[in-house]
Amino acid sequence: MDALRRTLLKGAGATGALAAAIAAGVLKPSQVLAAEWNRAAFDAKDLGGALKGLGAASPADNSGIVIKAPDIAENGAVVPVDVVSNIPNTISLAVLVDKNPLPLTSAFDFANGALPELALRLKMGQTSLVEAVAKTADGKYFIAKKEVKVTVGGCGG
Amino acid sequence: MADPMKIRAQMKGDTAEIRVLMSHPMETGQRKDNAGNTVPAHFIQAITVSVGGKPVVQGQTGTAISRNPVFGFRVKGAKVGDKVVINWVDNKGDKRTDEATISA
Repeated sequence: MDALRRTLLKGAGATGALAAAIAAGVLKPSQVLAAEWNRAAFDAKDLGGALKGLGAASPADNSGIVIKAPDIAENGAVVPVDVVSNIPNTISLAVLVDKNPLPLTSAFDFANGALPELALRLKMGQTSLVEAVAKTADGKYFIAKKEVKVTVGGCGG
Repeated sequence: MADPMKIRAQMKGDTAEIRVLMSHPMETGQRKDNAGNTVPAHFIQAITVSVGGKPVVQGQTGTAISRNPVFGFRVKGAKVGDKVVINWVDNKGDKRTDEATISA
């Protein structure tokens, strides 16, 4: 019990120091990103937890995000998905699969002329909504969803 | 060290289309082998793409990306001849960096 508390306190201290380092400009965000994998979001076992981990607890629906994915995927191990955000000033996109054991698949930040677009291939365990979350430069989050039916799951290998 | 990535970068109008194929098993940590033992998770966690020396895309990935991941990005304002450098790091600390040049 006490040992756990020690660990938690230590953890909190380390995070605080990191935030201070970023504020002081010692660490550039790019270096931090590479070093700090967002474990809370990627390890979340449900959609709500994953969104919370991303900092997007209640994103607004927005049809400006276009998800291109097959209506029926024959092989859940490889589902091609294209996501395009037409929302102005989109700076990052995250792609989630609602019913996967770990819903968050990936999160990408765009800069220096990169368009807020992404093509990738996902694993899907079963028929589920594929959701894309866009973050704008002013810190707002938007979400769009598309259902993909899966005939053979991709998580059992 | 993993196999090299395959990178294709081509200008379409004023936008560079970049596609990359990475060679990686992307084990989820949920699969069992023939003996019934869980295969430990082994997957790419971070990806960075830079064009002409400037970072354009930085991503974090989880286990739900397919084996031998393919990603596509589009970058506005890039030029023919710009160097595209892509780098990934996985959860075991393996990493790989490859580069290509944008073609017309």
